[in-house]
Amino acid sequence: MTVVSAALGSVHPVRATPEDAVLDVRDLRMRYGSTDVLKGVSFTASRGEVVALLGPNGAGKTTTIEILEGFRMRSAGEVRVLGQDPARGGEAWRARLGVVLQSWRDHAKWRVRELLAHLGSFYAEYSTDAIRRPWDTDELIETVGLTPHARKRVGGLSGGQRRRLDVAIGIVGRPELLFLDEPTAGFDPEARREFHDLVHRLSDDDETTILLTTHDLDEAEKLSDRILILGGGSIIADGSADELSRRMSTEAEVKWTRDGQRFVHATTEATEFVHKLFLQHGEQIRDLEVRRASLEDTYMTLVRQFEDRPGAGVPQDAKEGQR
Amino acid sequence: MTAIASAARAGMARGRIELRHTFTNVQDLWAYLFPAVVFTVVLYFMHGATVPGMNFQLSSMTLPSVLGMNIAFGGLVNLSQALVTEREDGTLLRAKAIPNGMIGYLVGKIVQVSGMILIGIVLVLVPGLFFANSVHFGASSVPTLLWVLVLGLLATMPLGAVIGSLIDSPRSMGLVMLPMMGLIAVSGVFYPITSLPSWLQHVGQSFPLYWVGLGMRSALLPDAMTAAEIGASWRTLETVGVLGAWAVVGLAVAPVVLRRMARRESGSSVAARREKALQRMPR
Repeated sequence: MTVVSAALGSVHPVRATPEDAVLDVRDLRMRYGSTDVLKGVSFTASRGEVVALLGPNGAGKTTTIEILEGFRMRSAGEVRVLGQDPARGGEAWRARLGVVLQSWRDHAKWRVRELLAHLGSFYAEYSTDAIRRPWDTDELIETVGLTPHARKRVGGLSGGQRRRLDVAIGIVGRPELLFLDEPTAGFDPEARREFHDLVHRLSDDDETTILLTTHDLDEAEKLSDRILILGGGSIIADGSADELSRRMSTEAEVKWTRDGQRFVHATTEATEFVHKLFLQHGEQIRDLEVRRASLEDTYMTLVRQFEDRPGAGVPQDAKEGQR
Repeated sequence: MTAIASAARAGMARGRIELRHTFTNVQDLWAYLFPAVVFTVVLYFMHGATVPGMNFQLSSMTLPSVLGMNIAFGGLVNLSQALVTEREDGTLLRAKAIPNGMIGYLVGKIVQVSGMILIGIVLVLVPGLFFANSVHFGASSVPTLLWVLVLGLLATMPLGAVIGSLIDSPRSMGLVMLPMMGLIAVSGVFYPITSLPSWLQHVGQSFPLYWVGLGMRSALLPDAMTAAEIGASWRTLETVGVLGAWAVVGLAVAPVVLRRMARRESGSSVAARREKALQRMPR
């Protein structure tokens, strides 16, 4: 995979106004039988923004993504994806979306290059002056790091290679909006790193909007401009990783040594505490370390708070879909 | 409209590629060769016998009937089987995620299955002709062979698409195969239909299988052999009528059923099927 030139972790501080929103979801509801899986989900995403959708199993992540992809009908709510209702999105709308699917054993007899060239040919009709579709096959194979395997049969690829192919198929039409449902499940650390570089490249260079779900909180923090946490069918938190931990005012951990002795102190006002510490002891303070709450801490706090709330019935075993 | 035309073109290319793939692996090659070998052996054992009550080589009567069976059986089973397995493994979901991908997928499947059946016919016909000396295979048989082939595929493939959409797992394909076997028995493939009780004759005549076989016999047998048929005629008009009716009904119903099936496909439905299939695997 080619190395990205753009700086990692670029910030997109501007919130989407409804006009330029690529994704605009308002009060989305989904009900299977008598179970409410989504109870009023609202969020927006603007061009080039990377949004991570987090939440415990059964919180409704997959259901949400499938509704936005146009693969599932919603029960109620307003949804606009690239300006259109996904339930009525035509093929021209479909051509502007990319969906990375978890493959299993489909197209096993096809060769990697053959399959990408074939699937890409469906997008040629939807090429515009601004966005040339499809992605050049060899360039795409190079981008996802499959060049040595371009002539291999898909059925003979390793799990990690297959996931790279899944990603390549998802972006072969140069999508303006890309859906990634647990994209790095089964990746080794190196492949994961390369995949992260690719996501940054897509969002920074091509202004692709990306909605991803993951259970890897470290990944969510690295990749996304914004994090949405779903709990029990509604959004319980929305903001950047920093904003979330500040909003939670979770405690930071301050460590230092003085006279060869180690000290640890947990506080919500880390800056003020350190200032006082130096006023009091000055140069005796050594090995100072301030560890702000990680996204994982924030996430656990939020989800626990939510689950402890009376009446917050989290459908623990609610199967997403399959009903 | 141009988008649909180009998707259809991509589908043709897809069909050609997938047809080529069938020559590159043992499993598919076996599926071509096995029936060819079996039917050649069957015809070999029949070549000394005569049709009951007639002075006509039995193998020559059976060969066209077997070709008809391959067309009807192949159109129905190959297409439904492909839809069931490729829905389970996620091929259909991929097609759905791509603009006009479903059109491309279906066109590709039709091209592929038609090609496979054509190859299967040649593989049975060519060696079969050695043991079916009374078959009249000449330039005049080709047009009849072709229209019966095309009409036979039109009558059976939409039906295969409907069945493939309604069955939820490859392991349920037996539900289709068993009645198909029964149907072969009453469709005059290995047995003249005239020797069956009349109610079974009616059952046989209501399905496409019998009529494709009759059409094939009309293409490859001398006209004197109408003596072994119902009404002592090739009943060409009736053949066109019955196969045409099946085609019209199939082509009307199949798009509705296919669309309904495709609408339900999503990442989680494929994932759920994968989970089920993996659980069933021996450890």
